[in-house]
Amino acid sequence: METIMEPLMTDDARAIHPLWLRLTHWLNALAVGILATSGWRIYDATPLFDFSFADSLTLGGWLGGALQWHFAAMWLLVANGLAYLLLNAGSGRLWKQFFPLSPRTFLADLHAALRGHLSHADPRRYNSVQRLAYLFVMADSVLLVLSGLVLWKSVQFPLLRELLGGYEPARRVHFFAMAALVGFVGVHLAMVAAVPRTLRAMTLGR
Amino acid sequence: MIKQSPLVGGDTLVREALSRLEQPARRLFMRRTLTLGGLSLLTGCSITDDASAEQALMKVSRLNDKVQAWLFDPNRLAPTYPESMITRPFPFNAFYGEDKVPDVDADAFRLEVSGLVADKHAWTLPELRAMPQTEQITRHICVEGWSAIGKWGGVPFSVFLRRVGADLNAKYVGFKCADDYYTSIDMQTALHPQTLLALSYDGQTLPRRYGFPMKLRMPTKLGYKNPKHIQAIFVTNNYPGGYWEDQGYNWFGGS
Repeated sequence: METIMEPLMTDDARAIHPLWLRLTHWLNALAVGILATSGWRIYDATPLFDFSFADSLTLGGWLGGALQWHFAAMWLLVANGLAYLLLNAGSGRLWKQFFPLSPRTFLADLHAALRGHLSHADPRRYNSVQRLAYLFVMADSVLLVLSGLVLWKSVQFPLLRELLGGYEPARRVHFFAMAALVGFVGVHLAMVAAVPRTLRAMTLGR
Repeated sequence: MIKQSPLVGGDTLVREALSRLEQPARRLFMRRTLTLGGLSLLTGCSITDDASAEQALMKVSRLNDKVQAWLFDPNRLAPTYPESMITRPFPFNAFYGEDKVPDVDADAFRLEVSGLVADKHAWTLPELRAMPQTEQITRHICVEGWSAIGKWGGVPFSVFLRRVGADLNAKYVGFKCADDYYTSIDMQTALHPQTLLALSYDGQTLPRRYGFPMKLRMPTKLGYKNPKHIQAIFVTNNYPGGYWEDQGYNWFGGS
């Protein structure tokens, strides 16, 4: 295992993001893209609220097709997400990159970011806003998977079902967790547009 | 929607023709996926080939059947609810409008039983009503996402299968319906304690709109797996598919 992982883990010393991180990031982007757009088609079959997603934004063409995409991409999301979390925790990166995280530094960084003063001088180090945003999106993805599990197999996971309040509440949890993730992606893309070299770092590593 | 003739399901020619008619609409779904900008991410895969993408998704769906069969606990019960929580009126749902619901003659009705069973005699409704009955209030979950709570009564399907001497090691139980619907389920689910050959709804004879003279009610499966207006039941080891399943809905369809 050690020797297999070595090129993945050590990489080039100058790399801003290790190869495994870049790989899991883009695989996750693919999975989220498929799951969100096919999920919108599934939502449209019985909208929970007073709106539907435009067909042109959705994947699958009809409910059955959307379900097939959704229940295929879920495996990619879960397998890739587990790989990411294990490598992140196992390599110590999770602790090093995301902590310490205090409300005071978060508020200071948020204030600076909103005024356009937040420095990106060292892309290896996340500021507190990034730390909280990325930790949030990890937790939100876990919630998406768990609520999805209740929708898919509500009878087989009674504890999870009751924790989320039952089948119908789980639909709402799944929807709002999706909305939060999509909201994150919107801000994330805006930040990448503002600092384009982060795209290069996440793709080529430097 | 194509007007369906109320055949007992033996007419394979008609079914074949109907399934071909379904094709163009279904093909559209893959073509439309290609217009989606987000899918440009998928370059490198053979995703541009409609047929191979569809095949790959179908393979994953078959894999998901296996995962669900593995996850299925034959003794785990779906939640039951008090009378006060019954959804009124309980929604009508079918692949046709309510004005097309088949009209089955109760006196002439015979339930055909075939395949891997010892007793192939056709059942009258009074014979079925004379069997032990049970009632349950459970949640019906539709593949479209909505759910509704209803009260069904009838013969536990495991009791019926044992009575007709079905091969309980067979893989599938298939159903053919008066509205030309057809579907099939795994034997594990067929034997689940909450799987009912439902003859009543909310204390009344099962109304036409809910599947007279009988439907298979399984709170462990999505709505499209619960056939209505059943006319024939067969036990088999050959995968029988289903009306929606053949078009791409997941076959196991369990919850």
